[in-house]
Amino acid sequence: MADAAHADHHDHTPGFFSRWFLSTNHKDIGTLYIIFALISALVGIGLSLLMRLELAHPGMQYFADGQMWNVAVTAHGVVMVFYVVMPALIGGFGNWFVPIMIGAPDMAFPRLNNISFWLMVPALALTVASLFVGGAGTGWTLYPPLSDIQYQPSAGVDMALFGLHLAGASSILGAANFITTIFNMRAPGMTLHKMPLFVWSMLVTAFLLLLSVPVLGGAITMLITDRNFGTAFFKPAGGGDPVLFQHLFWFFGHPEVYIMILPAFGIVSHVISTFSRKPVFGYLGMAYAMVAIGVVGFIVWAHHMYQSGISVDTRAYFMFATMVIAVPTGVKIFSWIATMWGGSMKFDTPMLFAIGFIFLFTVGGVTGVVLANASITQILHNTYYVVAHFHYVLSLGAVFGIYCGIYYWLGKMSGYQYPETLGKIHFWLTFVGVNLTFFPMHFLGNQGMPRRYPDYADAHAGWNLVASVGSYISVFSFVFFFYVIFVTFTKRQKAAANPWGEGATTLEWQVSSPPPFHTFEELPRIR
Amino acid sequence: MRSVMRGLFVGMMALTALLVSGAAFASETTLGAPVPWGMGLQAAGGVIKERIHDFNTLVFWIIVVITIFVGVLLAWVVFRYNAKSNPVPSTTSHHTGLEIAWTLIPVLILIVIAIPSFRLVYFEDRTHEADLTIQVQGRQWYWNYAFPDNGGFNYDSRPVDTADLRDGQLRNLTVDEPLVIPAGANVRVITQGVDVIHSFFVPSLGVQRYTIPGRTIETWFRADRPGTYYGQCNQICGVNHWFMPIEVRAVPREEFDRWVASARQRFADTMPAQGSAVAAAPAAAPAAAEGGALTIAEVR
Repeated sequence: MADAAHADHHDHTPGFFSRWFLSTNHKDIGTLYIIFALISALVGIGLSLLMRLELAHPGMQYFADGQMWNVAVTAHGVVMVFYVVMPALIGGFGNWFVPIMIGAPDMAFPRLNNISFWLMVPALALTVASLFVGGAGTGWTLYPPLSDIQYQPSAGVDMALFGLHLAGASSILGAANFITTIFNMRAPGMTLHKMPLFVWSMLVTAFLLLLSVPVLGGAITMLITDRNFGTAFFKPAGGGDPVLFQHLFWFFGHPEVYIMILPAFGIVSHVISTFSRKPVFGYLGMAYAMVAIGVVGFIVWAHHMYQSGISVDTRAYFMFATMVIAVPTGVKIFSWIATMWGGSMKFDTPMLFAIGFIFLFTVGGVTGVVLANASITQILHNTYYVVAHFHYVLSLGAVFGIYCGIYYWLGKMSGYQYPETLGKIHFWLTFVGVNLTFFPMHFLGNQGMPRRYPDYADAHAGWNLVASVGSYISVFSFVFFFYVIFVTFTKRQKAAANPWGEGATTLEWQVSSPPPFHTFEELPRIR
Repeated sequence: MRSVMRGLFVGMMALTALLVSGAAFASETTLGAPVPWGMGLQAAGGVIKERIHDFNTLVFWIIVVITIFVGVLLAWVVFRYNAKSNPVPSTTSHHTGLEIAWTLIPVLILIVIAIPSFRLVYFEDRTHEADLTIQVQGRQWYWNYAFPDNGGFNYDSRPVDTADLRDGQLRNLTVDEPLVIPAGANVRVITQGVDVIHSFFVPSLGVQRYTIPGRTIETWFRADRPGTYYGQCNQICGVNHWFMPIEVRAVPREEFDRWVASARQRFADTMPAQGSAVAAAPAAAPAAAEGGALTIAEVR
């Protein structure tokens, strides 16, 4: 088979098992990642539906007790972050389009790519299985002492931690692969400053992963040995410190939020440019804004720890550093608008998601500026205001980015164009649903409702009901999305090589839809 | 096409209107508790919260203006630069002046926010003229309050079950023994942890700190008006995280003195023996006696 690859026409593909289980093809691995993310999303969204059902009315309805609730909250967070958003944006779109966009035949280390994906499967399995042996009722932040064996005796915590280890190893290997690919395999003429912005976003993301995930690995290793082997890294009785874990966790955790959003920035840049029929405004500013966000993202972690007793001077520094991030983020928002300015815009589904992304990310961004201030966070820390903020940047930011990418590239990836009207209906359902879910949470937070509560003071009932109704619409919109996909694959409307017209200028639109199994028989030359 | 744009625009405006109305609601409540359909911050019960309100109002209007600005720009480009209105796209992709402007203007806005914010965060940090010191311990799943400069008694504050509530008591917020403080007094708060991390959080008084095992954290607050101020544990701490409320009752000085006198009798068994070193950390002794792994690192 190996020697047949070059001899045959490029359509020659291996058999089913070798193709999907032993894959070394970046496009097939990307497809696997996207399917994986969609399956995980069923778990993550199922959990959020359970939580919103419980919170729709005061009192305990469906959950037996607070531990069961905490387990659901934790699993929702872990699944969404590690098994939905990251696999979809990085493993899925990153694998599919980074090599094509830079004119490379594949990723630098195809077999490493394969193991990166297959590490994710047991990782998700461990996390889901942990739900059935007691689970981890710690919140996704895993703070000790709550995560110590004394307070969480179930093996579910160890399983979830080991799952994170596997997912982390997958991310580190994937990051090394992306960095190597982007630095070494660009086609002749593709200089760094000509690279599409999606590739730039993946390059910055890969560096963030490579530098931050090992820190998480260290922290949760210490947690595992604290739990099981008698060490005392985080136990004050043995000379350890619970706050040390918080520092380590957030040294990873803050770059992590940019890991989730930067690829979406990249996708949105392409979509805005394509559907405005204009090149991206301020390309270099856009690229280096992402680099700046990545760099500054590493020195703001303690803004998650304003209440942990860090000194007031330290709080002042982290406040300042955090607010600085608003500047490159503003550059991106305004550059996107300037890209549309003077353009000739068409409003296909990907463009709707991109415009929705810009506005909703702005809302999530400005509440981030509020939360950067330790002076206000004194009363908003850990309230629903924070939940609203990070769902605006993630559930409405990163997830809109994922939908944007799926509609933009589905025809390219599958060869079948999605039904436009259904796509638009899906956008409006999602837009209404998620805003109705998350906007009232600002009010709940202002009113002091703490997060991770299965039951709340009666005064919070009104907005909680609104949020729950919104979540039902959101869940329906997700089911509707599967229907759109179903229709796409049953109607089989052939996608052209470039369905979007002259605005789509990157290399993936120069090859057929779907691209041949081996994309470039000879390297393209970029002027 | 048009209807899509109009829908998007209406959606954005509706969101913005919701944001704005949040501010209007902010000042209508009086008690230190959430109110049904409340949108703004809980009413202020003390000086820290009042200053938070002032600062929050400034930041709120800045972010509302920015959000409206971005929304209007988006609506304008959708309206003006769609394929029908503008069939031939321009080829502009650079404008140095514009790019410098949208880098520098946000910096200026951030400076406007940062200066009062720095001032406030230092004001919130701790008080130099404390009239009263209390020690707060979060425990699974109740609070323990100690009064080291009033004889060192301490007591547990446990939530009242829904079935045992009396008329007018708030579900999930009422406790059996509230934290009683004199109104108008600067209260120094020392938080300590014994089991897992909890967070002492009273929104209407503008105070919040974790209680962390192995650490002692200092902050302060003041309730300027007599009244009852509710809070809840605000850091996930296990099965009853949602059911360990905080009730702070601020009373006139004389009433506080009477309460202290009675509390010293009711909780006499928790007071350290005469002659022992009271000043250091009187609450530590009973806590340690109960088996909590308390280590006092430092009182900063």
